[in-house]
Amino acid sequence: MSAISTPRRRFFTLERRNFIVGVLFTLPWILGFLVFTVYPLLSSLYFSLTRYDLIRPPVFIGLENYIGLFTSDPRFWPVMYNTVYYVILSVPIGVAFAFLVANLLNMPIVGRSAFRGIIYIPAIIPAVCTAIVWQFLLNIQYGAFNSFLQTFGLPTIPFLANPDLVRPSIIGISVWAQGAAVVIFLAALQEVPRSLYEAALVDGANAWHRFWNVTIPMTTPVILFNLAVGFITAFQEFTIPWLVTNRTTGPLRNAEFFSVYLYQVAFRDLRMGKASALAWIMFVVIVIFTVILFRTSGRWVYYGGEK
Amino acid sequence: MTTTTAGQAVSASSVNIPGKLSAGKLFGELLKYSLLISLAFSFAFPIAWMFLSALKSDPQIYTIPPIIIPIPTHWNNFPDAWTRLDFTTFTFNSIFRYTLPVTIFTLISSTLVAYGFARLRWRGRDTLFYICMGTMMLPWQVTMVPLFITFKNLGWVNSYLPLVVPALFGHPYLIFMLRQFLMTIPEELSDAARIDGANELDILVRIILPLMAPALAVVALFRFVWAWNDFLGPLIYLQRDESYPLALGIYTLGEIANNMGTSGNAYPHLMAVSTLIALPIILIFFFAQRTFIEGISMTGMKG
Repeated sequence: MSAISTPRRRFFTLERRNFIVGVLFTLPWILGFLVFTVYPLLSSLYFSLTRYDLIRPPVFIGLENYIGLFTSDPRFWPVMYNTVYYVILSVPIGVAFAFLVANLLNMPIVGRSAFRGIIYIPAIIPAVCTAIVWQFLLNIQYGAFNSFLQTFGLPTIPFLANPDLVRPSIIGISVWAQGAAVVIFLAALQEVPRSLYEAALVDGANAWHRFWNVTIPMTTPVILFNLAVGFITAFQEFTIPWLVTNRTTGPLRNAEFFSVYLYQVAFRDLRMGKASALAWIMFVVIVIFTVILFRTSGRWVYYGGEK
Repeated sequence: MTTTTAGQAVSASSVNIPGKLSAGKLFGELLKYSLLISLAFSFAFPIAWMFLSALKSDPQIYTIPPIIIPIPTHWNNFPDAWTRLDFTTFTFNSIFRYTLPVTIFTLISSTLVAYGFARLRWRGRDTLFYICMGTMMLPWQVTMVPLFITFKNLGWVNSYLPLVVPALFGHPYLIFMLRQFLMTIPEELSDAARIDGANELDILVRIILPLMAPALAVVALFRFVWAWNDFLGPLIYLQRDESYPLALGIYTLGEIANNMGTSGNAYPHLMAVSTLIALPIILIFFFAQRTFIEGISMTGMKG
């Protein structure tokens, strides 16, 4: 079409013009992508092959950082275990919990938006406040939970002071802040066509059958979405584990997650090369997790109904 | 309750007959509301406890059995805590040096970019859009070290520039949201203006922008809340007390409380400031509940 309306040799063919206008509008993101993503990505790959303390110039050492992490760093494998433990438990528990709560809220109830608000608020208050409040609530001597236990003559529980309890406690806090997933699920549930439920009812399906054969299949794309977002964010979790454990000193190193360790290697030890290697390992692990999730999703995600 | 069989017959033939409750249904309703209420209670409890603890004195905090509503009530904890560190300056920093500039910059840049992705047709657009979406998967840790080094070399450490300047380049998540919204506006509106010779910037500003108000409200809310809540960014880049935002201010107060323990009203003060920092977010949520819910729901749908 542009060949007809414009002479052959003109520089500004319609297509070129459109291209230039399109690029101009998206230029902020393109520049940001180059400066804040591509360049740092490549240079962190380079830094991961160096020894660099911010003071002296980086020294190229090949794969030494990676080899050191995998073979001789005493913290690397524990940190990896802590992180994977947290991710594998907190995300499915959180998503399942959010899904059940959303189904409860989707029933015919009075005060739905009030309930939804109460459940959503923990997800948007500052993470620092969340950490401070929970650290206070779970405190062994004067935290509310232990005070109530003591009131009833029960033994106190060292939620954040016991190496075996600290990770489950943090998972509990993460479930408490699951409101965004609840809201997303609720919106998805309201999109499920009523006609499907009516048809199931005509066929004599009971509540459980309707839940299992209509609700779940129709919301699997959103379950996948929440799982994927959950995995990616859980791997990067920093503020809560860092703060509730007082910077993971002492016996609490069971809550030393990847991000926390990486932050310490970078900004306390000033080992930027090692920190970059850690970041790349983490990135690769996240990619592997996401790929596995999407690969298996073909078997359980149902894309039929909408559109 | 005596008409159990009749009730069952009703519920089997059709679901929605109001006014008749069988024993089974009544039990179901009871179960549903007791579940909902205990759920709401456990979600609200930590926040309520934070507020109630802010009103206590040290002995009232450490009493067993725990005091729920403290008498006397120590409202003066709020002003006392506020002046324990320079929280007025931290608030000023949080609002005027961080959240406001970041929100305004994000609105402008993300609108332009989303317009380019949603309402213009050009070669390479979709590829770039997918790359833009892909960057959301990138963990911040991967770019953290080089960005820190770059900002340090620029002399930007201990200023808000590393936190604010990137907002000029759009935010992928918010670009996605705005694009989804822009695609729902009929193309005819733009075409009519194009025939009249308007350029794309004209069309965006005069025709599309007025229609975008609800979507822009969502973006502004989200960005504001993220910046208000941000902890890691300030932790990395801001090292001087006088340039702290609220998140670092309360973090510092938390350190003090951890060291002081059960003396000097450290914990009541910490809870008081914590309440004051969370309060704007809770208020914003109540006043803009619909905007929040629509925004968060929008992202899940076509993810």
